[in-house]
Amino acid sequence: MTLNRNLGLCLAFLALTALYALPAIAPRAMVQDLFGILTLLVLAMNWNLLAGFAGLVSVGQQAFVGIGAYAMFAAIILAGLDPLVGVLIGGIAAALFAVPMAFFAFRLNGAYFAIGTWVVADIARLAISQWKALGGGTGTSLPKGTAKEMAFVDQIKELLDVSSAAAADALTYWLMLSLAVGVLIASYVFLRSRMGLGLQAIRDNENAARSVGVDPVKLKALVFLLTAFGTGLCGALAFIQITRVTPDAAFSVIDWTAFVIFITVIGGIGTLPGPIVGVAVFYLLQRLLADYGTIYLIVLGCLGIAVMLFARRGLWGLFIDRTGIDLLPLTHRPPRMVASRPAAHRRSA
Amino acid sequence: MAILSLQSVSKSFGALKVTDDVSFDLNAGEALGIIGPNGAGKSTLFNLITGNIQPDRGRVLIDGQDVTRLPPMDRVRAGIGRSFQIPQPFGHLSVYENLLVAARFGGEIPASEAPGFCMDILSRTGLATVAEKPSGGLPLLQRKRLELARAMATRPRVILLDEIAGGLTDAECVELVATIRSIHAEGTAIIWIEHVLHALNSVVERLMVLNFGRMLMIGQPDQVMASPEVREIYLGIEA
Ligand SMILES: Nc1ncnc2c1ncn2[C@@H]1O[C@H](COP(=O)(O)OP(=O)(O)OP(=O)(O)O)[C@@H](O)[C@H]1O
Ligand SMILES: [Mg+2]
Repeated sequence: MTLNRNLGLCLAFLALTALYALPAIAPRAMVQDLFGILTLLVLAMNWNLLAGFAGLVSVGQQAFVGIGAYAMFAAIILAGLDPLVGVLIGGIAAALFAVPMAFFAFRLNGAYFAIGTWVVADIARLAISQWKALGGGTGTSLPKGTAKEMAFVDQIKELLDVSSAAAADALTYWLMLSLAVGVLIASYVFLRSRMGLGLQAIRDNENAARSVGVDPVKLKALVFLLTAFGTGLCGALAFIQITRVTPDAAFSVIDWTAFVIFITVIGGIGTLPGPIVGVAVFYLLQRLLADYGTIYLIVLGCLGIAVMLFARRGLWGLFIDRTGIDLLPLTHRPPRMVASRPAAHRRSA
Repeated sequence: MAILSLQSVSKSFGALKVTDDVSFDLNAGEALGIIGPNGAGKSTLFNLITGNIQPDRGRVLIDGQDVTRLPPMDRVRAGIGRSFQIPQPFGHLSVYENLLVAARFGGEIPASEAPGFCMDILSRTGLATVAEKPSGGLPLLQRKRLELARAMATRPRVILLDEIAGGLTDAECVELVATIRSIHAEGTAIIWIEHVLHALNSVVERLMVLNFGRMLMIGQPDQVMASPEVREIYLGIEA
């Protein structure tokens, strides 16, 4: 068990090193490709926290991608800030938007919550389309050369001995990779914390959780805000590379939510490694079936349905059941010793 | 001052009056038993005390403070711990983790002390050997013990126990009574709903009889049991 874990950690470390080294050794197209995959991974990890752990099945995550992207564009075009500052502003803007959205959506349950979040996201899209300074319904592009003038691009250019454009790609790629690692570690720490324990209790039995002092609304709202922040950051970063934003692209339910749901479900909803497995499968399918267009989507859909029917906890859940190996377990093990009985804890009146 | 008071509490489900103008005070450290036929409204009374159900009329007070509008989690932190008649474990969590949730949230025990605190309760309730088992897979008797243990882990000043002795062997029942007595001896007040009268009466200082949602009697156990009205209601059970 520990041997397996150490092996797993070693493999993860090697994979990570290879991923960080990629811009130095791989062609630029591959870096861009992986950037797209990492974007989906970050979105999937956020959605997994939301739906898989907090039971909030949102279909409106594109709201946070779109708002993150537009806030970033506004920071660059209207305020003249560095794109990297713009990304941070994108995350904050998304988290701020999540507050009123939660007020509305938390009144709804289950399917109504899902539809409610979708409706809010679409209202946000329509509202942003009215923003004339950022191109209204037809959108706008980043000023020429914005990406190349980002902080650190010159240093990376020298370090890797590549063009400015390739250096900018490398920078956004590294940032997205770091965001993915950061979200994974933060999720793990969060789920292992007191609050994570409370979330798992709510998932199992909300009524009993309330009766032992867990406040479901508070915990779920917290997850909603945190994942909105992560999703907003991700959306803003993604659109630095895309360089052009339109309301339809930034608030696309297919690109930013539907695929993300597929990835999470296939990989294993409610497990931490699930989205990683899911995104790997997604990437492989995309490469294998790239030439077949629609077939690709059909295969993806069928796979999603098959997993939902036959492996409720996805491919990763299947792997755990077969092998007993869980790389990122969330369990709290009891202490071995029951030596000295601590003094009885009493609450003073 | 009473640690817990109910003042003219009433609750109906549709046309069915399940709690009918119930008032009583519970003193700190006191043990109160509740008996009554099936469907008398005993469990509902617990739900009204814990806030899982809102009353139609009347008030619930903890330490003289009106908590009628407060949700369950606030009442837990105010010192009301409960068990459920039909066990409601966090099925995917281990037995130990079930207690950990209760200790960290309801009991407000710091992370460093929680493991020892939970293990202590597990050994007191005879669950130490299954600490790592998923609670969803436990047999009924152990689920009931878990209900007791998890309620204890919220560090209650009043613990509400709903039929936790049913189906036990004599030896197990003796053990359970000893555990409940030890909780009582630490100064925790107890309200215990139980059909196993000899177990109940060996612990409680006062006994309440509920029938059709009404509080028929409340008083010393032997006096209550001697009343003809109670004997009549309980004929089927006690005969
Ligand atoms: N949520 C509910 N909705 C409708 N009716 C309910 C609800 N909860 C309880 N009842 C009804 O209220 C009555 C009292 O139920 P309660 O569970 O309080 O009885 P009890 O005294 O605990 O019975 P038992 O000894 O069987 O546990 C029953 O007739 C029950 O069917
Ligand atoms: Mg009952």
